[in-house]
Amino acid sequence: MELLGYFNYWVFAIVFAIGLYAVIAKLNLIKKLLGLAIFQSAVFLMYITMDKVEGGTAPIIQKGIEGQLYSNPLPQVLILTAIVVGVSMTAMGLAIVVRIKEAYGTIEEDEILDSDHTA
Amino acid sequence: MIEVVFGVFLLTLLVITAVAVVRTENLFVAVMLMSIFSLLMAANFFILDAADVALTEAAIGAGITTVIFLGALALTAQREKRSPNGRFATLGVISVLAALMIWATFDKPRLGDPDAPVHQHVAPWYLEQTPELMGIPNVVTAVLGSFRGYDTLGEVFVVFAACIGVLFVLSAGQGLDRGLFAPDPESEGLRHHLIPKVVGRLLVPFIVLFGLYVQFHGEYGPGGGFQAGAIIATGVILYALLEGEASALNALPRSVLLGMVVGGALLYTGVGVAGMLLGGNFLDYSVLMSDPVIGQQVGIVLIEAGVGITVCGSLLSIFHAFAAREAR
Repeated sequence: MELLGYFNYWVFAIVFAIGLYAVIAKLNLIKKLLGLAIFQSAVFLMYITMDKVEGGTAPIIQKGIEGQLYSNPLPQVLILTAIVVGVSMTAMGLAIVVRIKEAYGTIEEDEILDSDHTA
Repeated sequence: MIEVVFGVFLLTLLVITAVAVVRTENLFVAVMLMSIFSLLMAANFFILDAADVALTEAAIGAGITTVIFLGALALTAQREKRSPNGRFATLGVISVLAALMIWATFDKPRLGDPDAPVHQHVAPWYLEQTPELMGIPNVVTAVLGSFRGYDTLGEVFVVFAACIGVLFVLSAGQGLDRGLFAPDPESEGLRHHLIPKVVGRLLVPFIVLFGLYVQFHGEYGPGGGFQAGAIIATGVILYALLEGEASALNALPRSVLLGMVVGGALLYTGVGVAGMLLGGNFLDYSVLMSDPVIGQQVGIVLIEAGVGITVCGSLLSIFHAFAAREAR
């Protein structure tokens, strides 16, 4: 039971590793971006895990309720904005991938590098 | 207890989905699994008391990101080519990294530990002072809109810059009339599919209405400009999928969308400058009204509106940029 308190962090480490693996090992550029999104989500999970307080609730303070514990709002604000930056980054990356496809006819990294070397 | 079991279940599903996203060679399947991954992540955030973040992840991660990925897939490739050898070296290094990180987690405070360092520093101050200084119940919105207004302004400009960047990269050298969803105007969209048409048409107004609710109720419940902008954009994208891109552009032309992108950012900056002109600091809302608490509330409502307008305009512009490009 005591160990279950670390479960979220283990999942963070594993999902983080899965995302990083996709970014490094996959040659398809869209797959790399998907890996990057997984990688990012893992970091979000770690921050949000830290905000939880046992017996707490979402930090929306109701009038007239005394003694209620609230979870930490600060990691939430950080991650809320990080998610929006994430979608901006993904959109920008995908736009560049689309242009690469048009210029090279492929989105596989090794083929792009090959055509660069032969040209 | 039941919360813990549910959390473990969702997190296990999350890992399985992440593995499936990386393993599948069909990119369409990978993108759909990614959407499920985001939804599971949103459910996890909700269990961890982060209602605002859960709403953002569900609207942006599971909704908008999936649509943008699909738009890009239509222009690139449906399948991934088989990866070459050398994967095992990567797998080895990554496994060692994961093992090290899991080992490091034993130094972290347990989940929900009230004595964790993160809860000792400034967080109690924000929880205590928000009702007094801001008079709004949602502490996340208060921190986002007012205490850390500078950061959120930066965030809005990141979205703004990404939108401009995508438009520059994708709009070059190409007529804008013929789009992905419009090979011929009669059959465009899903107009000839009865069930999506009927259900979708019913849904669009409610999605937009819910977006507006999230926008203007953001001070009292979970929500705010980022989520609302994304939800409204989702509604318009659904309309574009049903009726064809041209109809959506008819309703909200490109110039209006660009006006929204710029106008929202200007509104936010304008509120900040108004504070300066009235004798306060940049983004100090307490001088906007004679009562500082009311001033804060007015400031937060205005800047949240600016955020919502910019996010909605940007996401729709990005969607149209992908949709209008022809596959080559």
